[in-house]
Amino acid sequence: MLKLASAGAAGAAIGAAGFGGAIKALGYELPSFDNQHSDVSTISFYDRYQSGISTPVQKHIYFASLEILIQSAHELQELFKMWTPIAARLMDGKQIEEPSTNRYVAPGDTGEAMGLDASRLTITFGVGPSLFEKLHLQDKKPKELNDLPHFPKDQLDEAYTGGDICIQACADDPQVAFHAVRNLIRSATGLVKMKWSQSGFNAIPADGSTSRNLFAFKDGTVNPATDEEYNESVWVKAGESTSWMTGGTYLIYRKIQMHLETWDRTSLKEQEATFGRHRESGAAIGKESEFEDFDVLEKDGAGKYIIPEDSHVHLARLAKKAILRRAFSYSSGMVSSTGAHDAGLMFISFQKNPQQFIDIQNSLGRIDKLNEYITHRGSAIFACFPGVEKGSYLGEALFTHL
Amino acid sequence: MKFSLLSTTVLAGSLLLAACNGTEESSSTPQETKASINLQAEVDAYKTFALDQMDSFLLETEKFVQAFLAGDIEKAKQLYPEARMFFERSEPIAESFGDLDPRIDGRLADIEEEGKGKEEWTGYHKLEYALWVENTTQGYEEVAKQLLADTKELHALAQTVEVEPDLMITGAVDLLNEVSTSKITGEEEIYSHTDLYDFKANIEGAEKIFNILREQISEKDSELVKTLEERFAAVNQLLAIHETAEGGYISYEELTEEHTKALAEAVNQLGEPLSQMGIILE
Repeated sequence: MLKLASAGAAGAAIGAAGFGGAIKALGYELPSFDNQHSDVSTISFYDRYQSGISTPVQKHIYFASLEILIQSAHELQELFKMWTPIAARLMDGKQIEEPSTNRYVAPGDTGEAMGLDASRLTITFGVGPSLFEKLHLQDKKPKELNDLPHFPKDQLDEAYTGGDICIQACADDPQVAFHAVRNLIRSATGLVKMKWSQSGFNAIPADGSTSRNLFAFKDGTVNPATDEEYNESVWVKAGESTSWMTGGTYLIYRKIQMHLETWDRTSLKEQEATFGRHRESGAAIGKESEFEDFDVLEKDGAGKYIIPEDSHVHLARLAKKAILRRAFSYSSGMVSSTGAHDAGLMFISFQKNPQQFIDIQNSLGRIDKLNEYITHRGSAIFACFPGVEKGSYLGEALFTHL
Repeated sequence: MKFSLLSTTVLAGSLLLAACNGTEESSSTPQETKASINLQAEVDAYKTFALDQMDSFLLETEKFVQAFLAGDIEKAKQLYPEARMFFERSEPIAESFGDLDPRIDGRLADIEEEGKGKEEWTGYHKLEYALWVENTTQGYEEVAKQLLADTKELHALAQTVEVEPDLMITGAVDLLNEVSTSKITGEEEIYSHTDLYDFKANIEGAEKIFNILREQISEKDSELVKTLEERFAAVNQLLAIHETAEGGYISYEELTEEHTKALAEAVNQLGEPLSQMGIILE
């Protein structure tokens, strides 16, 4: 999907069409999904899966982690019922409500997206493990949904970690993404408050090639591409998790600070040995092109691994687990104590079981040569609901069994 | 805040009709509107409250200035935050008289922003500087006398004020915005750190307006009344944590980041529904 993804606006339309076809081929009935959107800037909210996961990646993200102020499961249900039509309107490029005729009240929509189109806005909702504890819903919590274990070299800051609910808004216009999160939070005043938020950006080359992170290496080369691969790695199928998660997926967020200054004074040879790939082409070391397959255990004439055994790619590949990476870069000014860039990667991945990510991260462990240049500062995990049919609402399957 | 009390909006019936049709068309052009309900009793009640605050503000300012001129630093320090609360409670009215507000309540930062120098700075905050930083009253006698004269002028002008329902509703939200932008950051009382007194007074001023309008709001949206009651209570509970045994408030400097964050969030949670009080004007 990501190869399609990078094709930009045209890719969105192709992706949507191909998706519907694939579903029909599998024999699913989809009468309630809204397939009326021919406009390439608009992605439908109502679909089998939530948007912003298999959707071709956009240029901007605004991600917010929220804490609940509400006290009961019923109030939570009402919150998601309220958010559902708002999210659908936002993704249609509309204001969250029609302007009031009363000029003595504050406008319902904050208005900064007026005059902009939907910019391929997607909004993805998820719930964190702490939510279930706060609302005494432990029996509804998927057993896979737990705070991530401590990984070697983690330096997590509570200020960027955890959360009860997440809202991921992605769009090709940063103001459209921000407007969506701002209005969803404002509409829930008194029900939720922000715990942390982060904006990010993505480079999408005109030729459709994979985007590069701030270390200039391509990120997302080995993502799932076909429906089969998505079913294998990303979407929870019936029986694979708690029933309300069928059609959903688990989102893992890691705020990874990248030490640009030290990286920038590293030789190209060393940079490539760190990733295990060539910088310009994205090909694995010793290969010619980005998507050319490689055997991570292949050795050269001297008996040494061609892709160094402490390289990022080598270690990640050994875990033999696939995930969907949907990362964005961030830059948040300067680290005041050092004067260095406060920049890095908003690592976001989707997988049907968080263990896939945990295995990869454990494989990277202390050995990963990249550790020298990065520090994990934030961490969060959220269970993303399945998609919403018209007439239904976010997370309905969770609440119908309360 | 610009003085706009006397610029009476002539209210017409067009908006009311549009609203009754339940149409979704937007009112992108300014409309002159007429309140569908008579709010004269509420307006009168608010005017009485505001003028009452002005009376007390003048009395307490007199006491403060007397203590200051007598060189009684301790007494002046004690009276300072309490006298100011009467001003802060009725700020929608008190703020609205031209250059009187900056003369009485101007901070050095505000004066400098206008391109003026320290020598043009007058009012409460200059005396705050004298008391808490210079630890003296000497050399500031003229400033104290001017403060009293300005306060008398404000008191006299306030008697002529014409209050409109719109001013009450906008004023309540403005009071909260004051809290959010300067009190919660400790930027109002940078020498005395008595920001929590101003904070409390601003909240009381907004709550008074809510209480006066409560019945009218209830007829339109009883849920909104319930929400506002809860959110005012939440802010007041948080403030009560920082009360001293003498009924005052601890110094802003004693607040942790956690405290100010909790207070700021409670004020925001209150401000959103408060901005919906305008439903009674439709």
